[in-house]
Amino acid sequence: MDVLFDFTPVFDNMGDILQAFWAVIRLTVTTGILSLILGTILAGMRVAPVRIFRGAGTLYVNVFRNTPLTLILAFCALGLSDTLHISLSTQSTVNFYWLAVFGLAAYTAAFICEALRSGINTVPLGQAEAARAVGLTFFQSLRLVILPQAFRSVIAPLGSIFIAMTKNTTVVIVASYVESAYIMRQLFEEEGATIPMFLAFAIGFMIITLPMGFFFGWLAKRLAVSR
Amino acid sequence: MTDSGVGPELSKDDSGAQDDIPGGGPLVVLENVNKHFGELHVLQNINLTIHRGEVVVVIGPSGGGKSTLCRSINRLEPIDDGTIMVDGKKLPEEGKDLARLRADVGMVFQSFNLFAHKTILENVTLGPIKVRKLGKQEAEKNAMELLERVGIANQAQKYPAQLSGGQQQRAAIARALAMKPKVMLFDEPTSALDPEMVKEVLDVMTSLAHDGMTMIVVTHEMGFARRAAQKVVFMADGQIVEESTPDEFFTNARTERAKDFLSKILTH
Ligand SMILES: Nc1ncnc2c1ncn2[C@@H]1O[C@H](COP(=O)(O)OP(=O)(O)OP(=O)(O)O)[C@@H](O)[C@H]1O
Ligand SMILES: [Mg+2]
Repeated sequence: MDVLFDFTPVFDNMGDILQAFWAVIRLTVTTGILSLILGTILAGMRVAPVRIFRGAGTLYVNVFRNTPLTLILAFCALGLSDTLHISLSTQSTVNFYWLAVFGLAAYTAAFICEALRSGINTVPLGQAEAARAVGLTFFQSLRLVILPQAFRSVIAPLGSIFIAMTKNTTVVIVASYVESAYIMRQLFEEEGATIPMFLAFAIGFMIITLPMGFFFGWLAKRLAVSR
Repeated sequence: MTDSGVGPELSKDDSGAQDDIPGGGPLVVLENVNKHFGELHVLQNINLTIHRGEVVVVIGPSGGGKSTLCRSINRLEPIDDGTIMVDGKKLPEEGKDLARLRADVGMVFQSFNLFAHKTILENVTLGPIKVRKLGKQEAEKNAMELLERVGIANQAQKYPAQLSGGQQQRAAIARALAMKPKVMLFDEPTSALDPEMVKEVLDVMTSLAHDGMTMIVVTHEMGFARRAAQKVVFMADGQIVEESTPDEFFTNARTERAKDFLSKILTH
């Protein structure tokens, strides 16, 4: 009972824990940016006038949205790295880190694409017609008129996706060795799985994800397009 | 480019001219144009020539194909067969060329369609900056002149939702004019407006017409047709049923279909 509520291991290992969360933050930011870019491109493909692009976008989303993240990451780690010998760095931990980033980004992008596409559907058709009538190309209309409005209407769901992604960084343990969940497991093994240790990690994640939620809520209100 | 004009030079000598060819040669030419929506034959073998500086009012019962005609002229609606020429050039397929052509054809919609996330000024400068590759300063200077001209310069920094319908439509006209189009298309520009705002928009359009802008206007505003148009095209069931001068059309329509339509809009 005493051991279960003993907070000293938390403080003793503060350095490791902070390092773990620093890794989470780095992973979150890198993966977030990558998945946002990929998701936007995918959403553009799904509304493109060219059928092949639409088909490719749909296929991608259906594959990645319906495959468990662990499988994707395992595929990245084992399939790409070990079997196909695709290497992004000579250092194996760095290599694993980037493979994990790409795996998680590829997975998250499918959800971002779908959120954005629903945002595109909220933009009245007349906006796209007016953009075309002014002489903008399809790509310009998308970039200058449709996507800016689509983004603003889906900031809240995008926030949820990013929060889920942040928590999914723990799953990256399958492929990577630099992440908080790995350190968490190490600490659990060395110090025993105590409630304080769990709490420390749970609170740590909330410290990252709660402000994210508030931030996205605030942003959604601030950038709302009035019609 | 020193002139801040909004279109071709004033080419009409007399706004009351009754002849078929006011000023310039043909600018928009439709030949044997056909279009289907599934089974529905919305445009049936349409032949129509609009000359430079001419103002043509298109009128007719709902569902007759007026909007489709308008939209096909800048290819917002593709056609099945026939040709549409704008300033001697055939409408290109989708792509860069088409975008360039659209820039030469201004369009004003019934529901304004201003870009909701941009200010009025940004709405007007977007096309000139991104399509005409004008510098921001020059584009803004031109835009302010146009907003002045349509009477809403003091609204430049507001967002569309903050403006009245009449102001939004005038902003939309300024946005189209900013591209210095060769021809302007208006699809029922006043039918979404409260009655007290109709006049301010029609006034802007009338002054454009008098400045020599080539215009194709779908509208039921007879006053505007009489004041500003040289030609009335009566469309019903996908066909051009009658083509004449406003005076002749409103006082002495030739076809039963047109007489019937006029009796309906005149009695309410
Ligand atoms: N995108 C579309 N798909 C299918 N049918 C359409 C489409 N757009 C228009 N139509 C049909 O084509 C016909 C002509 O429509 P159009 O909008 O050109 O008529 P209109 O003369 O402008 O009528 P209104 O005065 O009501 O605006 C109508 O019967 C309409 O229902
Ligand atoms: Mg119509």
